[in-house]
Amino acid sequence: MNSPTPPSQHDNSTPLVEVRELCFGYGSRLIFDHIDLDIPRGKVTAIMGPSGTGKTTLLRLIGGQIRPASGSVRFGGVDVHKQSRSGLYNLRKRMGMLFQNGALLTDLSVFENVAFPLREHTQLPESMIRDLVLMKLEAVGLRGARDLAANELSGGMGRRVALARAIALDPEMVMYDEPFTGQDPISLGVLMRLIRTLNDALGLTSIIVSHDVAEVLSIADQVYVLSGGKVIVRGTPDQVRESTETRARQFLDGKPDGPVAFHYPAPSLAQDLGLQTETTRA
Amino acid sequence: MRQIYVALRDFLAGLGRATLFFFALLAAIPAVARRPRIFLRQLYMVGTLSLVIIVISGSFVGMVLALQGYRTLSNFGAGASLGIFVAFTVIRELGPVVTGLLFAGRAGSALAAEIGLMRATDQLSGMEMMAVDPMRYVVAPRFLAGVIAMPLLASIFSVMAIGVAGGYLIGVQLLGVDPGAYWSQIHANLTPLDIWQSLIKSLVFGVTVSWIAVYQGYHAAPNSEGVSNATTTTVVASSLAILGLDFVLTAFMFR
Repeated sequence: MNSPTPPSQHDNSTPLVEVRELCFGYGSRLIFDHIDLDIPRGKVTAIMGPSGTGKTTLLRLIGGQIRPASGSVRFGGVDVHKQSRSGLYNLRKRMGMLFQNGALLTDLSVFENVAFPLREHTQLPESMIRDLVLMKLEAVGLRGARDLAANELSGGMGRRVALARAIALDPEMVMYDEPFTGQDPISLGVLMRLIRTLNDALGLTSIIVSHDVAEVLSIADQVYVLSGGKVIVRGTPDQVRESTETRARQFLDGKPDGPVAFHYPAPSLAQDLGLQTETTRA
Repeated sequence: MRQIYVALRDFLAGLGRATLFFFALLAAIPAVARRPRIFLRQLYMVGTLSLVIIVISGSFVGMVLALQGYRTLSNFGAGASLGIFVAFTVIRELGPVVTGLLFAGRAGSALAAEIGLMRATDQLSGMEMMAVDPMRYVVAPRFLAGVIAMPLLASIFSVMAIGVAGGYLIGVQLLGVDPGAYWSQIHANLTPLDIWQSLIKSLVFGVTVSWIAVYQGYHAAPNSEGVSNATTTTVVASSLAILGLDFVLTAFMFR
């Protein structure tokens, strides 16, 4: 088994995450077909694409929650899927993940949610845990909400608490799964600013999975657009905006019809309504 | 024929998965000692919160047994033996079995629904991504709490059924059985072995119900239908398992 390598032993120019020849499918449905991705250190990388292209699945593959059919995912030079359970858990301590719905533990308060990873993975005294939790909550603007129950939070507040929890152990990388979905404009603006600020201030590497084009392109350093199991466009936000790739254009411009058809494959409407005879069909 | 084969294969595969899950669960139990507060909270949830239904049910079962038993025993001039009739029936059978069925409906379904909802809302995935094993943090404390709560609840059920709010109330206060005869018959005939065997039964039922509940919840599909199925399956499978195991245990214990 490979043992996780300390980050200091890696050159900063090498990508933190390297995805090579990755294939994955659910049953006969192929989600990824030999894709290659690099997530550079210290940058905000966006993974975009229409619904069902496997953006969240990619995060789960990077986090080692599911295994690829073939190919590899390396984090900090270490193959995620060739780790023992403890090796994988050691890698995950270096990653944070913000789930779409926050995934806060509903039987704990805001404070206890953020303290949870610290209590589980450190032997810090209670006074230090308290200080760290308050600092993390201060970073997301919710220090005053520490005593609220998780189910008393609005959607936006829940995600901010989840973000404070995700950075509690000072990870090298944070993965954001659809962070902007269902947010009002104020919460959306707050989350965008937080993602960018935390990335720069804490020296993080961030991966944002989203289909909110305008928001993501405004804060990302690098963008991958996925479709049909392949990476169809990669580059800076400006390069992506100027892409002429037809599937990318349909996605970026929000066109209802195009390479991704509006209609799910079906016989013709006339056939379904019984208006077409066998002869006319022939 | 093909359908029978597929159903049998799926059943055996499910049983194999559940057995592996059980061993993983046993391996995770020592970690509960690191988190005593979580365990105590779960003991409160599955044990203390089940007390009301257990106390009320135990009392009514005892009252009904006294009414039915006295009528039959009186026909043979053995009305004074009502105490030991109620005690044997409750200690050997109804205490563990009815408590098990109530426990499956009250605590088992709650355990399955809670863990299933944690799965559906990504709380379990969130823990895994924080390098915390949900088996140790979520499943093992709930399982252990169920295993410990069940014999205690069955004991309380039996005390309520035999005692002053159940069989004694109806037999002695209403039907006129001599209180001395009621208690002395129990004292003379009920052995410590009967009580041990009752406790073993309820412990086995506690393990079974808790195992089924946490397994169903942990493997629930992450949607409302999945949680609903997990809850229903927990109650149905636990009830059938309790009745089947009761027969097997009775056949071995009370020959």
